[in-house]
Amino acid sequence: MSTSQTPTDPTAVPAGPVVPADLQDERLIAAQGLRGWAGATWERVKSGDLGSLPVVVGLVIIWGVFYALNPAFISSRNLVNLSLQMVPTGVLALGVVLVLLLGQIDLSIGSMYGLSGAVLVVLFVNQGAPIAVAVLLALAAGAVVGLVYGLLFNRFGVPSFVITLAGLLAILGLQLRVLGTDGTVNLPFESAIVQFASQMYLPAWLSYVLAVAVPVVYLASRLRTDRRRVAAGLSATPVTMVAVRAAVMGVLLVVVVAVLNDDRGLSTMVVLFLALVVVMDLAIRRTTWGRSVLAIGGNVEAARRAGIDVKRTFLSVFVLCSTFAALGGILGAARLASANQSSGGADTNLNAIAAAVIGGTSLFGGRGSAYSALLGILVIYSISNGLALLSVSADIRYIVTGAVLLLAVVIDSLSRRSRAAHGRA
Amino acid sequence: MSTTTTLAPVLSMTGVSKRFGAVQALKDIDFEVAAGEVVALVGDNGAGKSTLVKTIAGVYAPDGGNVVFDGSPVSITSPSEAQALGIATVFQDLALCDNLDVVGNLFLGNERKHGGALDEVTMEQESWRLLRELSAKIPSVRIPVASLSGGQRQTVAIARSLLGDPKVVMLDEPTAALGVAQTAEVLNLVERLRDKGLGVILISHNMSDVMAVADRVAVLRLGRNNGVFRVADTSSTEIIAAITGATTNAVTARAARRAPQEEQS
Ligand SMILES: Nc1ncnc2c1ncn2[C@@H]1O[C@H](COP(=O)(O)OP(=O)(O)OP(=O)(O)O)[C@@H](O)[C@H]1O
Ligand SMILES: [Mg+2]
Repeated sequence: MSTSQTPTDPTAVPAGPVVPADLQDERLIAAQGLRGWAGATWERVKSGDLGSLPVVVGLVIIWGVFYALNPAFISSRNLVNLSLQMVPTGVLALGVVLVLLLGQIDLSIGSMYGLSGAVLVVLFVNQGAPIAVAVLLALAAGAVVGLVYGLLFNRFGVPSFVITLAGLLAILGLQLRVLGTDGTVNLPFESAIVQFASQMYLPAWLSYVLAVAVPVVYLASRLRTDRRRVAAGLSATPVTMVAVRAAVMGVLLVVVVAVLNDDRGLSTMVVLFLALVVVMDLAIRRTTWGRSVLAIGGNVEAARRAGIDVKRTFLSVFVLCSTFAALGGILGAARLASANQSSGGADTNLNAIAAAVIGGTSLFGGRGSAYSALLGILVIYSISNGLALLSVSADIRYIVTGAVLLLAVVIDSLSRRSRAAHGRA
Repeated sequence: MSTTTTLAPVLSMTGVSKRFGAVQALKDIDFEVAAGEVVALVGDNGAGKSTLVKTIAGVYAPDGGNVVFDGSPVSITSPSEAQALGIATVFQDLALCDNLDVVGNLFLGNERKHGGALDEVTMEQESWRLLRELSAKIPSVRIPVASLSGGQRQTVAIARSLLGDPKVVMLDEPTAALGVAQTAEVLNLVERLRDKGLGVILISHNMSDVMAVADRVAVLRLGRNNGVFRVADTSSTEIIAAITGATTNAVTARAARRAPQEEQS
């Protein structure tokens, strides 16, 4: 494909310009084939458009170090544990990504996590409500809190930092109130929700089917888009490139699934989290709503003048973020089969926010992706899991996690400066 | 000096006022534009031109006054209402999202869809068509607008106003940052819009551009109307006098100073 400046298929571009419309400017440094792509990617990285590169590199280093210190870190058993540990906070981080994209913050996700866990166990265990009702009401609690934030934010223009700080305290109070004198409520181990979060795994064959289906769907959708692009007189990514990417993706997924299947396998709760990440990624990149979120994060006044309903978008994001926090709380309570007064306390909040930032979502708004929740939470829980394996106490764990967060924020700021210098904002 | 138009106005406003704290930015402004007409809005810095444009575009709510659009009284309280009526605006500060690419900015709030998802292919194709129409010199539409030059950004903002099917197009200093060829294209575009029967409001400090394309010139001075001129029956000297508020002003003084020098050389 090294001579693809002119499409070889004459029927694809009927009587149109010979050079694809997007490659006609003579100042464009043509990037063709694998080498061209690699070169273009390197240029992007140099100019500070890092995407998820730093976190992937960081993850490889972290895993390497822990493996060197204790090979059990990369055992199937430990990796299945890691995959389960990360999910509840990972779901929180997904909500944080959304508010960060708007250039806002929600500090109360930890409290929300605790409250929804409390609502779940009290309704289900103490009040005898059906599990579905308990789950729905716990989620509804999250939605209502988000709605209140959104309305306050839109009505009074108070910074979300302050609104959610107030929320953090008030919701913590609610959590204690809901739990009442009980303090700790245990979920029965046989209940469906506990089974779902800690005992249910995909059958091995199904996990392999998924691992192969994902790259196949990716390949098919890319090829379809590229056909439409060529038909529209635009350039398309070389087929080999797309195929290589899909193949790499497939091999990675199959290896991961094989490793997990060596132990208990791929948990249904993990599949739920991964599905949420993919859905949110599509929602951010492929829908009008996602485009509005990014636009508001970039320049709220421009978004407003473009006719975007800014208030509704803020509202929807605050509601989603709190609802994700509530879902995280439900999964957390289900995984530990209990909820107590300190659920969602301590570092839950900070881990979720740190995960989103470490994963590459900018604190400055308008830049980031749903995958940063997954990557960031992997980093944070790899550190805490690895240090726990080495029997290192919590004090060191906090310090190391803090250092990694600091590093991530520094990288974010530096790459922002570099993007400005290289004109990529 | 004639202040009436023969065509029916598509947009007309009477007695519009806008105040920012202690600053009376607009005071009892009357203004109208007809379909198929180019009205230039001129005035010194701070005269209130951009404020008037933003009031029409729904960015600012006026403190008082009436607006009639297409024969019926309207109150435009948000940018989306203005767009729904068919008012497209190129703002002086461009109002682009730096983190989005050119395609994203062009179609912002107006995205094309394909099976529920954003139709990036069609949007990119149309972007190229629009930009070519303006002789835009933009190497790629898939780079964030932050990486474009001032004039390229301005072209993107202008191209954006041509999407959809506007009845009135407002251009707030659209050529301030443009090169010679691009300025000519924008002036051509203004004429094309007029020929298509759109009402065009053009703000410019460049008298020769104004005299070249406008049918009428409305002058604002310190937030008030200071005369409406038919380009056919006036001269730029007369307009400059209305802008500065004096027949002897910095511009005429400068011209007078230069004239004897040129005779000598
Ligand atoms: N958002 C605002 N808040 C307060 N005052 C404002 C605001 N916008 C405009 N003004 C004031 O209103 C007056 C008119 O401003 P405007 O931007 O309409 O001027 P203009 O005619 O467009 O000038 P220029 O030729 O420099 O663009 C100025 O005195 C300005 O200080
Ligand atoms: Mg102005």
